[in-house]
Amino acid sequence: MKDLKNKYLNPYIAGFFIGLALIAAYYFSGEGLGSSGAYKRFVIASFDAVSHTYALKSHYSGSVVSNGNPLSSWLVFEILGVVAGAIISAAIFGRLEWKIGKSPKISNKTRLIAAFIGGIFWGVGTQLGRGCTSGLVMSGMAVNSLSGYIGLIAIFGGGYLFAYFFRKLWI
Amino acid sequence: MGPLYPLGIINENVNLLTAFFIGVLFGGMLEAAGFTNTRKLAGVFYGYDMTVLKVFFTAALTAAAGLFLMHHYGLIDLTKVFYPHTYWLPTLIGGLLMALGFIIGGFCPGTSFCAASTGKIDGIVFVVGVFIGIYFYAFTYEPLFEKLRNSTAMGQVNVADWLGISQGLFILIMIVIAIASFIFGDWVQKKVNQNKSPEDLEDLGL
Repeated sequence: MKDLKNKYLNPYIAGFFIGLALIAAYYFSGEGLGSSGAYKRFVIASFDAVSHTYALKSHYSGSVVSNGNPLSSWLVFEILGVVAGAIISAAIFGRLEWKIGKSPKISNKTRLIAAFIGGIFWGVGTQLGRGCTSGLVMSGMAVNSLSGYIGLIAIFGGGYLFAYFFRKLWI
Repeated sequence: MGPLYPLGIINENVNLLTAFFIGVLFGGMLEAAGFTNTRKLAGVFYGYDMTVLKVFFTAALTAAAGLFLMHHYGLIDLTKVFYPHTYWLPTLIGGLLMALGFIIGGFCPGTSFCAASTGKIDGIVFVVGVFIGIYFYAFTYEPLFEKLRNSTAMGQVNVADWLGISQGLFILIMIVIAIASFIFGDWVQKKVNQNKSPEDLEDLGL
């Protein structure tokens, strides 16, 4: 069988189908696609499991917890689907394997430390900025929302702004 | 007539099941496009792989154009869907933090979920980082972030209204900008990669 490991779907086709998924999300459920919102629900569910009183009292989680189980959420089920979809696609392409993705010029240790620190920035940034590349920017752009475009400029513009300083991680 | 769930046409369980299948399509396409490979994601910032630019703009503008037309023909009522409120300062600051996270960590939350679930160890570590970031934010929310997060509230602002042009014209302008950026992106990518060996580019599928 042909090795598909380094073969990827045409980016315009992939983008078109993600666009259709986004239209379907709005059409069926009135929701955008997201992922940081699902992370938030998992964190709030952990608060609720440890102490319902604390979860209700905290300004961070109170409004979510008072609306019932934090995991009964559209975004949580969507993210479960994302995980399933990624596994199916990776199996088709032969990319289901334990691996560390990185530039060949850096060590595994450097890559993992950077991934960890990068994740922390995303954790704080998504909560402060009200969403991530999917929930804030892509879903926002789909309905011409100003916040989506502010997010677009901040995330991608900021990326180009900071790229020079972290070039040794990538090139 | 949509949106179906907010209008009571489908029930909550069907709605959550729909969420799952829409997620399967989203995650499958992210993986198929190469977004579990951190080098392909970072490539957009260094010009050696412009896949992110193409996938992202195509997805957002396909949806924008599609929803605009569906609203126009009465297939969906966009006043009844999720519409983000704009808080420009926290979104700007949050966005810059996310930009730092992107350049340092090489994923975003959605792509890291895909990477982690297909065995990419850097993706798993990134996901752990995101959780720690959110826990830090949640535990320090009241003293550190609450005031900032709720500042500069502008309500539900539509960018085309804000610019004083029609929805259709705004989407058309964005599509023209996107196509120009695809052509420019391909040109940059070719320049950046011209001296690289085929082995160098193999992992990226270029």
